[in-house]
Formats: sequence, structure tokens, C-alpha cells
Amino acid sequence: MSEDERMQKLPKEKPEGLKVKTINNGTVIDHIAGGQALNVLKILGISGTTDATLSVVMNVVSRKLGRKDIVKVEDRELLEEEVNRIALIAPAASINIIRNYKVIEKRMVDLPDEIVGVVRCQNPNCISNTMEPIESRMLVKAKNPVLLRCLYCEQPLTERIAEYLI
Amino acid sequence: MFLKRHVLSMREFSREEIDSVLDLAASLEPFARGKKSDAMAGKILALLFFEPSTRTRMSFETAMKRLGGSVINLGPAEGSSISKGESLADTVRVIGGYADAMVIRHPKEGSARLASQFSPVPVINAGDGAGHHPTQTLLDLYTIKKESHLENLKIALVGDLKYGRTVHSLAYALSLYGADITLVSPSSLKMPDPIKADLSGKGTAVRETCDLAGVIDDVDVLYMTRIQRERFPDPVEYKKVASSYRLTPESLGAARRNLIIMHPLPRVDEIAPTVDQTAHARYFQQSFYGVPVRMALLKMLIGGA
Repeated sequence: MSEDERMQKLPKEKPEGLKVKTINNGTVIDHIAGGQALNVLKILGISGTTDATLSVVMNVVSRKLGRKDIVKVEDRELLEEEVNRIALIAPAASINIIRNYKVIEKRMVDLPDEIVGVVRCQNPNCISNTMEPIESRMLVKAKNPVLLRCLYCEQPLTERIAEYLI
Repeated sequence: MFLKRHVLSMREFSREEIDSVLDLAASLEPFARGKKSDAMAGKILALLFFEPSTRTRMSFETAMKRLGGSVINLGPAEGSSISKGESLADTVRVIGGYADAMVIRHPKEGSARLASQFSPVPVINAGDGAGHHPTQTLLDLYTIKKESHLENLKIALVGDLKYGRTVHSLAYALSLYGADITLVSPSSLKMPDPIKADLSGKGTAVRETCDLAGVIDDVDVLYMTRIQRERFPDPVEYKKVASSYRLTPESLGAARRNLIIMHPLPRVDEIAPTVDQTAHARYFQQSFYGVPVRMALLKMLIGGA
């Protein structure tokens, strides 16, 4: 059986039931490209020292993406501006806000026009990569594929964005 | 008359705004040549050159002084607050309190934009690393307008089109005037694709060639640039390339009578000194035009009588 045929025969996804139980309150980020969950946490500013209850599921089989990651953050409803930055590395991600076990809001991520303090410029001679009291500022010139342009030196950044996450 | 607070990049200029700078520069030319003016009396321009510069720094100084204003200088970075580790942001905040406008040249790309975020007075970018140098482009356009014509222009940009920042922003500005642009460079120093794509996207006709001799008879302006030795690992290859992009009176034999030759200077070998005597040479005039053009910008940004 080919990989495609195998995917066709998969039941409709129920990853919550399969891997981790549903959460009471919080945010579920689904359809993250396989292997990018830790970068998503980095973008959200969630580090290894967090107090939040987190579930991170990586590389589960997905009909849409082949392999996908899922992140669940309990008792925290992520703000739209926080989650939209995720589109930098996971443009297909969807956000589910959960209250009392129910999805009360579901939306796709959508990159804002400017990303501040999340991605550093790849130009080593850019003033934003010095000790100046400024945050990196990237203008979003295209969303699919993502094309960023540094506000300061105007250098574009389109590939390997995850390597430049601050 | 001029809504801009800062002059950072040519990309922020519309054609109308460029025209207004060039028109004002033309009216100020007599003052650039020495006619007395006190339009900027009582005004102070700060020069912050974190990198060596001769003509840009001196022409800004001349422009301000010819208009009756005065100039303060950062001086060499050694021994100043910079060497004590002060940030550029703090430096411009402090100096912005002393002056009515500031001119900055700095080795890091994006430094002028950073300065504009912290400065209480207008900032003029006089070169930020490999980034922008908009006043050079404005004086180039002024030279073309005065000595040739901006409408229906046929121009060849010659030499190092890969690293030369002046040709990138000049090509962009010329696209606003619908110029017909020929790019002449060795294959290793071609203009980067994103810049060419930007020009084509604006409907500008752009041709590329390695053959300088083949375009000399077909253009109104030859804009020469320096090919730097350090771009070539092989010195033999450098000599070969450099000699094929050298202008001499003989190589100009087929040129149009009204062809003009420009160069941002300093030149090395790319224009033989004997070309200076021909009717085509305009590079020293071009250098002088930096004064009225910078006068115009100063008047527009600072105001004055």
C-alpha cells in the first residue's frame, strides 16, 4: 500500500482522544507542521521553566499535513497577537480556545503586518544586531511563502526563519 | 513644501518630491557658487561621521556654511563618548539637543533609521554601511537633469553593480522617470536579481551586457563606478576585467556628441585622466552639484529664511 493510500484509509483525526486528553480551559494549537512544536513554544515565550500545564504532541499522523504537532496550554487563553506570530513557522496552524471543555473560538493563524522582537535580522552588519536599545522589527511583505524584511537594514528573510527566532 | 522629517532612503521619495528638491537646488546654485546668503543664520547642523568621508562631509559643511549656518562635528570616535561604549541611540538624543538637524554616516546598515527613531531633529543618511546614500542619488539626478535630460533618458550603469550602493538607488530612482537602463558589468559583479526584478516590476526597460564598447554609441549617460581589487581573488583576472572597463578618449570615439560621463568618485583606473579634457566629462561638476542639492535638503528640513 502506498503512503497516499494509507493516508486515505486513516479514520478522521481524533488526536485528542488518541494521545492526550481534552483540556478543561485553555488553548489548543493544532495543525502545526511536524517538528515545529518547540519553536511554537519559543515564539509564545513559553520556556522550560514555565508554570503552565503544557501538553506537547509531536509527529502524529495527519491527513492534512502528513505529520503534525499539537500544543495544549491549560488555563491560558492566548491572545490573537500572540498566536498570529506562529504563522511564521506554522502557517496552517489552527487555534482553539477552550472553556469548560467546549471550543468557544476556533480560528486560523494570520500573520500581522509587522513582527516585533520575535525574529532577528540575518544580516550580521545590521544595527538591530548590536547592543542598541531596540527590538528587532520585521515587516511582513508576503505570507505564503513568508517573506520578511528588516525595518532597519531592509534585508529580506524567507527561508530558515526558525533559525532566527530570538 | 516638504513633508519629510528625515531623509533615509530614496525609496521614500516620490517623483514629485525628487522634482521639488531638484528645482530648489537649481534656485540655490548661485549661493553654492558663493553668492551671500544668511538663510540659515542661527541654525546648526551636526555632522556625525563614524566612518571616514571627505567629499560628503565637506559638501554638507559647505552647503550649511554657504547658507549662513554653522556646523558642529562629532570628530573622531576615539576619545569621544562612543569609545566609552555609548549607544548610537543615546548619542543622537544628546546631539539632537544641540543642533537643528544631523547628518550621519555609520558602518552598520539601518543605523540612520535607528537614529531617526531617537533624534528630536531631522536625520539625513549619508551612508549606512552597504545600505543607502540618498543624497548621492539626488545629486546624480540633478547632474543628469542639468547636463543631459531626465526624460527619455538612455543610461548605462558600468562597473561593480553588485556591491555598489550608489548604482542600486540610482537605478531605482531612474525607474521613476521611465529611463532605459543598460547594466554593464563583469559577470561576477552583476546587479542582484531582486533589484533588477524591482526595476522590471516598475516597467523599466533593463538590459544586461558585459560589453562596454557595444553600448557607448547608444546612450546619453555613462555612469562609471569603481571595480574594487578585493572583489577578485585572482589578480590576473582583476587586471583583465579592470582594463576592459576603462574609458579612454579612443574608446569614446563612437560616442554621441552630447554623451556625458559621470562617476561618484573617487576614481582609480576606470577613467583615464585624458578623458577629463573631453567634452563628455562631468564627474567634477557632479561632485560640485552635491552642494546645491544638499543646500536644498537642508532648507527643506530645517526651514530658515
